[in-house]
Amino acid sequence: MTALLSRRSVLKAGGAMVIGLGPAGRALAQLAPEAEAALGKTLDLNEVDGFIAIHADGSVTLFCGKVDLGTGLRIAIPQMAAEELGIGLDRIAMVEGDSALTPNQGSTAGSTGIVRGGVQIRQAAATAREALIRMGAERLGRPAAELDATDGQIRPKAGGPGIGFGTLVGDRRFNLKLDAKAPLRTPASYKIVGQPIARPDVPAKVTGRHVYVHDFKLPGMLHARVIRTASVGAKLLEVDEASIRDIPGARIVRINDFLAVVAGDEWDAVRAMRALKVRWTESTTLIGHERVQDWMRAGPFMADEVLSKKGDAGASLAASGQKLSGTYYWPLQTHGSMGPSCSVADVRDGKATIWSASQGTHRLQQICARILDLQPANVRVVYLDGAGCYGMNGHDDASVDAAMISKAIGQPVRLQWMREDEHGWDPKGPPQLLSLEGGLDSDGRIAAWRTEMWLPRATANLPNPPLLGPEAANIPQMQGLSTGLITQNAEPPYAVPNVQVLVHWLKDSPLRPSNIRAPGKVANSFAVESFIDDLATAARRDPVAFRLDGLSDPRGIEVLTRMAALMGWQARPSPQGGGLGRGIAYVHYKFNETYVAIGMEAQVDRATGAIRVQRVACAHDCGLVINPDALRQQIEGNILQTLSRTLFEEVTFDRGHVTSVDWMSYPILTMPDVPELLIDVIDRPNEPPLGAGEAACAPVPAALANAIFDAVGARLRTVPFTPERVKAAIARGFA
Amino acid sequence: MASYRFSVNGAARTVDSSDPDQPLLYVLRNALGLTGTKFGCGLGQCGACTVIIDGDAVRSCITPISAIAGRSVTTLEGLGTPDTPHPVQAAFIAEQAAQCGYCTNGMVMTSAALLARQPDATLNDAKLALAGNLCRCGTHHRILRAVMRAAGRTP
Ligand code: FES
Ligand code: FES
Repeated sequence: MTALLSRRSVLKAGGAMVIGLGPAGRALAQLAPEAEAALGKTLDLNEVDGFIAIHADGSVTLFCGKVDLGTGLRIAIPQMAAEELGIGLDRIAMVEGDSALTPNQGSTAGSTGIVRGGVQIRQAAATAREALIRMGAERLGRPAAELDATDGQIRPKAGGPGIGFGTLVGDRRFNLKLDAKAPLRTPASYKIVGQPIARPDVPAKVTGRHVYVHDFKLPGMLHARVIRTASVGAKLLEVDEASIRDIPGARIVRINDFLAVVAGDEWDAVRAMRALKVRWTESTTLIGHERVQDWMRAGPFMADEVLSKKGDAGASLAASGQKLSGTYYWPLQTHGSMGPSCSVADVRDGKATIWSASQGTHRLQQICARILDLQPANVRVVYLDGAGCYGMNGHDDASVDAAMISKAIGQPVRLQWMREDEHGWDPKGPPQLLSLEGGLDSDGRIAAWRTEMWLPRATANLPNPPLLGPEAANIPQMQGLSTGLITQNAEPPYAVPNVQVLVHWLKDSPLRPSNIRAPGKVANSFAVESFIDDLATAARRDPVAFRLDGLSDPRGIEVLTRMAALMGWQARPSPQGGGLGRGIAYVHYKFNETYVAIGMEAQVDRATGAIRVQRVACAHDCGLVINPDALRQQIEGNILQTLSRTLFEEVTFDRGHVTSVDWMSYPILTMPDVPELLIDVIDRPNEPPLGAGEAACAPVPAALANAIFDAVGARLRTVPFTPERVKAAIARGFA
Repeated sequence: MASYRFSVNGAARTVDSSDPDQPLLYVLRNALGLTGTKFGCGLGQCGACTVIIDGDAVRSCITPISAIAGRSVTTLEGLGTPDTPHPVQAAFIAEQAAQCGYCTNGMVMTSAALLARQPDATLNDAKLALAGNLCRCGTHHRILRAVMRAAGRTP
């Protein structure tokens, strides 16, 4: 019963990740043989069979294009399906992100796991239930209206014997289109949705049995390491193969400037990577992290774009009695996954199978097909868990690296990046610069607002990133980078009559960019919500009351008032100046998703500039809550990770390469820094579920900046909040 | 090729290595198939590779195989199983103290070593003991709750 996902069984089933859900959250991580038997099934998003198979024993397999990145989708989506189908979670297994088995539901990004992935599967399950009831009605000879699906059976509502799903369907296909109108169960009847059911993978993770992509092995597999260029854009001059002659079985793989070593033993591959003598051209194409802000202001630019315009911000600012301004900078940051990216690839005989922790296995299938010069149908990308990623880290690069090496040597290959590869070469969260102006009217209300932003154009929402391996190997690939919807939440979520938001698009980005958790919204909310506090101070108003004045959305008002109650907020203007301060920030994520208010208490040491965050309070409304415990964990993660980004993190680089290549040069939050967390989750069963993987990040930096301002009257506008910056801001005073 | 004898999870093992400097981490993961121990940095900075050697939490990524001969190593797999978890593992499961779970090995092993030495460790003791164990997912709060639960304190 408790057979865990073993390496052998992974192999037997071709490595598809199938997680069974046992009673009471026991891990039944196991591979259903039927997953492999299902090869050739439809991947159509419009077919019930795309998402759901019901087996002869009455058990259910879900095929989910979204993947669990440590986020809890692995429990939440089965909860949604189980509820609609009317079957226990212990009868459900889920295949995730297998390009040969799961429909393409889009990358697991942008907090769409539940909203898109889960909601589609829920609708498939509702459609399937209707069909099961129809079949049951025929077999039982009773009207469908008298029947319901319960515990894996179609039963008369009034009681009496039913008939099992397995008997009705038994591995046959539904051959049924997804019905967008198939009725959903009413929230009042929910038994599984809304329950804090334990995640099925936790016992295996905690006892060392969970198979990550790093742990996956194939027979005859070689270990590889890539040798990245000495500096960005450098060309390979010379490789001294003799320099690794003494290492058993070690050899090089070279495709133009793409260089790797392989060996039968992993440690030998690492030794070969270190021993290999390589000469590269000098390359000094980068600007260096200290020059990024100047560079952003200077251009070259591609275009200016007005993103939002209401009233006449210019005229109204000119007429305002009290005018304020502030410039905010968010630096480049790394995803900083705890494990460096890894992938296993087997490219032989015109076919490729790639085991990857990519957030977008279907997208990666297309990319790999092109790079390997294979038909997409002959390329299978199978998701296996990696170390948590929060946007596109090195997983896709590592997968393509592994596939290129495997193709070159005709053997299965496991490629793992080293720590310096991940810190040095993962695509980075791009820099953001914002300049804000605001004016108050004679009643102390915001009359005018102007946001001016400088952003790399390469951050616009283009389809595919350039990957390092093909770039070095000079293999054509689709260009363009996606860093998510980076311009959102750049204006106040409060009533302001005159608003303008302008972006200057820069031609380039200082380092290869990608999406990083809550892309753009973290920096934008940092600027907007910090500036709101400055305006509140100018108006001599309490920061919560000042915000409530401009809010009419009842859900926004509720998160603010509940957060204030949660932390025992005392209404008064800021700053207080006693060294201990409190701050607040609010976001309506993307202006149409989750509502979050965050309050923070921080102690600031004037002499040393040290910040100690003591308490964080959060009120969170993402509509219908599927699993309140998994949701809380996402909120906790959002808060702590963003605190880390705000307090400590900036990628450093010189003219040639990234210089923050380990945890000493790129420090993050540690256990002693962890504050008390108070979280108030608002469940709205009659509203649609909204994303929760990102929203609570957005208010964190401003809530902290506002707490620091309240504590010592100093305004921090540049991240990270280093002690030097705190001391400098104190010395500047109220400016 | 030299042979090294040591004990892993209570069983005597002999491992051959052509390099006396091969870190224990690679030996555990590859020669012995114990992949619960994770590679995070290889630099002794993150704690993902932590094992317990003769009672102490040790970073296997910077511990050469030659230093292990005759010693007794416990890995995450040896601490407990999903059916019979070690009390620290049981507490991590009860608190659902893993997101991606990549740091979890180091968190559990370091906490187990702490509580073996100091069964009534306080929250502050736990924060200090885990100060060198990094987590990127932001699971810190639950990890600390789990350690407090295992220490018999209200989380
Ligand atoms: S992997 Fe050993 S400390 Fe990071
Ligand atoms: S749970 Fe992902 S790094 Fe800690």
